Amino acid sequence: MTQDNGNSQDVQERIGVYVCHCGTNIAGTVDVQQVAEWAATRLKRRGVVIGRDYKFMCSSLGQELIENDIKELGLTRVVVAACSPHLHEATFRNACQRAGLNPYLCELVSIREQVSWVHTDKVAATVKSQAVVSGGVERVLRHEPLEPLRVPIHPATLVVGGGIAGIQSALEIADAGYRVYLVEREPSIGGHMAQFDKTFPTLDCSACILTPRMVQAGAHPNITLLTYSEVEKVDGYVGNFVVTIRKKARKINEELCTGCGICQEKCPVKIIDDVYEAGLGYRKIVYTPFPQAVPKFPVMDVENCTYFKKGTCKACEKFCPTNAIDFNQQDEVFSVEVGNIVLATGYDLFDARRVTNYGYGRLPNVFTSLEFERLSNAAGPTNGSIVLRDGKTVPKAVGIIHCVGSRDRNFNNYCSTICCMQGLKFAHLVHERTGATVYNFYIDMRTAYKAYDEFYQRVLEEGTLFVRGKVAEVTDVPRIKDEEGHLIIQCEDTLAGKQRRIPVDMVILSIGLQPRADAKETAKKFGLSCSADGWFIEKHPKLDPVATMTEGVYIAGCAQGPKDIPSSVAQGAAAAARVLGKIQQREMALEPVRASINQDQCSGCRICNNLCPFNAILFHDDRMVSEINPALCQGCGTCVAACPAGAISGTAFSNEQIMAQIEGLMLLNVGEEITL
Amino acid sequence: MSDESFEPTVIGFTCNWCSYRAADLAGTARVKYPPNIRLIRLMCSGRLDPTFVLKAFSSGADGVLITGCHPGECHYLEQNFKALRRFHLLRRTLQGLGLEPERVKLVWASAAEGVKLAHEIASFVEEIRALGPLHWGGNGSNQSAVISGQSTAHAFKEVPA
Repeated sequence: MTQDNGNSQDVQERIGVYVCHCGTNIAGTVDVQQVAEWAATRLKRRGVVIGRDYKFMCSSLGQELIENDIKELGLTRVVVAACSPHLHEATFRNACQRAGLNPYLCELVSIREQVSWVHTDKVAATVKSQAVVSGGVERVLRHEPLEPLRVPIHPATLVVGGGIAGIQSALEIADAGYRVYLVEREPSIGGHMAQFDKTFPTLDCSACILTPRMVQAGAHPNITLLTYSEVEKVDGYVGNFVVTIRKKARKINEELCTGCGICQEKCPVKIIDDVYEAGLGYRKIVYTPFPQAVPKFPVMDVENCTYFKKGTCKACEKFCPTNAIDFNQQDEVFSVEVGNIVLATGYDLFDARRVTNYGYGRLPNVFTSLEFERLSNAAGPTNGSIVLRDGKTVPKAVGIIHCVGSRDRNFNNYCSTICCMQGLKFAHLVHERTGATVYNFYIDMRTAYKAYDEFYQRVLEEGTLFVRGKVAEVTDVPRIKDEEGHLIIQCEDTLAGKQRRIPVDMVILSIGLQPRADAKETAKKFGLSCSADGWFIEKHPKLDPVATMTEGVYIAGCAQGPKDIPSSVAQGAAAAARVLGKIQQREMALEPVRASINQDQCSGCRICNNLCPFNAILFHDDRMVSEINPALCQGCGTCVAACPAGAISGTAFSNEQIMAQIEGLMLLNVGEEITL
Repeated sequence: MSDESFEPTVIGFTCNWCSYRAADLAGTARVKYPPNIRLIRLMCSGRLDPTFVLKAFSSGADGVLITGCHPGECHYLEQNFKALRRFHLLRRTLQGLGLEPERVKLVWASAAEGVKLAHEIASFVEEIRALGPLHWGGNGSNQSAVISGQSTAHAFKEVPA
């Protein structure tokens, strides 16, 4: 195929080909002048009217060169052979637009990342560059002028998850004057932070800094608080989502309830509170999870309620001074319209039972980090005294094991980020409140971020002992007399280079964080993807950390990956800033890379219907044809490739464009002589 | 099967989000691979219409490399699975046509796997070199190679007419 492949007819378009030297980055390996001249002569019949090479095409002078040619030579298409389109596609599109040419009639082909930087043979690299340019020329001939899609942005926002990240996000948006629907599936907002005692490294009381924010969110005129509620369905697209929410029946009339708490007091049944008190304390059947809960309304645990089981009791109803108890209340399902969504759905804790050799669940005095938080919390089940499972014995020696379930190929490979600092905080609290000897067993001590390492130094100075090595086993089987009646931590001390057995009274497992058990379902509901570990994936790990691949859906806090409170708050605020930016624009432009169905050609076979993960394809039962909603379509093109009738076409990546590019790329075979 | 001077031409299809970026990364890291491959950017491996591969062969390509995000990491959630399905079907079809199915290969490469992609390209070019020229498209004089079964004799054996 050295000749022009039978395409002897002249084309109408006037194409300019611009080959960049990129200093010597390209010109060092590719004979750029040759490529430009070759294009101008050999591709003349394909519409190329000018071929130029220039030191730096992306410089303002380089861009002006293109702009002037468009104006003076009447170019209708532009091909730039330079770096990756991910770097400078926008630059050259803008240059074309300034000169009055539709930006989508410009094609940037990569001869730096894909040619000069990866090949060494100058001749072969030049031939490949020519082929790549030829592919670009053939492709650009089939380009059409496109306009970005414009969609209006609804000013309300949905925030899912009422932990600190979600609260922060909701407050930022509400303070800016826009409506926020804050959905939380638990009876109160506050999230995990509401369970903690102290926060590292400042040792602020967690509730003292969190509850004012909760109250603020609960009372904010722009925030509609929807607790004990879950998102059932998300329809629509950026700027125009319709979200269906199920508000579970609290069995409490919120309009009448004053939150006085008499129902809780009078409820005769007590059960173990596995959620808020981590199984260490009790709650009633009618309950608020903790005294500072927002909203103040209690919920009724229907599954365990005597009335619902046996048909009698109703103590709560009898004593309620405002008649707010409503045993007949049903779930409410309703929908709200929002323009943007922030997902701050948080994390689950690693199940410490999975590490069987640490004995959690079998050895009573092995505690998880959350249990310890509740133990040391002044409002917790022991009023803040750190005692063993018997409720009275103060431990004399405590072992804190780091990286439980994290950085472990058997469980989670990743570092859970917070456990080192959490372990140090526990060490400090145990030391301060009990005077016990504290051992920290760590693999690596990770105390990055502001004032964290200083806290580590402080704990070191307090006399906490540190053993570097992964704990092999926690056992209650003694080998010597001194070990009797204790838990023994068997560990390799990698600094001392020997095995050690350390008897302690209490073991605290600094357990890792993991994605919510239903994260995959949530991701599917909102059109996100999850990493292999199960965390939601951000649009770009460095440069776009809170946006996602689905326009209008943002992520914040631990849903995106393990992080501490300051980072969660920062992400919550960052997501809010992104949302506010969108709302302020009132409408937004979407890249016009979209698929569309030719209604006349569609046979109504519905093969495409099930291929779209974004539900962008609608089937019209009446006309028996499918149609694509351009605002929902993300432009992947899977349906285009699948349509047996060829009725679906994808802008910017049409069959004709790709086929033409293949032909262009094959104009020169590898090893062929360069001919001018 | 292949003469010594044979330089295969390979067309590579890349996904905009992962393997194209892997190719960018290979470039930035100056990882070398043979110049026999020419890449085409698609938005997703799910966009790969199997006829693109046939088009590449009929235009003179000796091999086609399809690349996409790792399963579970597709930017469009799950479209790379659709590419995987089509890939298997395509290989069977090629075999039916009398082509070595090994002329098409599917490789997963994330945006971070520039080195992996470069190695995959290099080894695929060698695999195609060993298979010899396809002569399916291109100059008319060579076009009969497949039909006469000279270079693809074993493929005929695998698929009895």
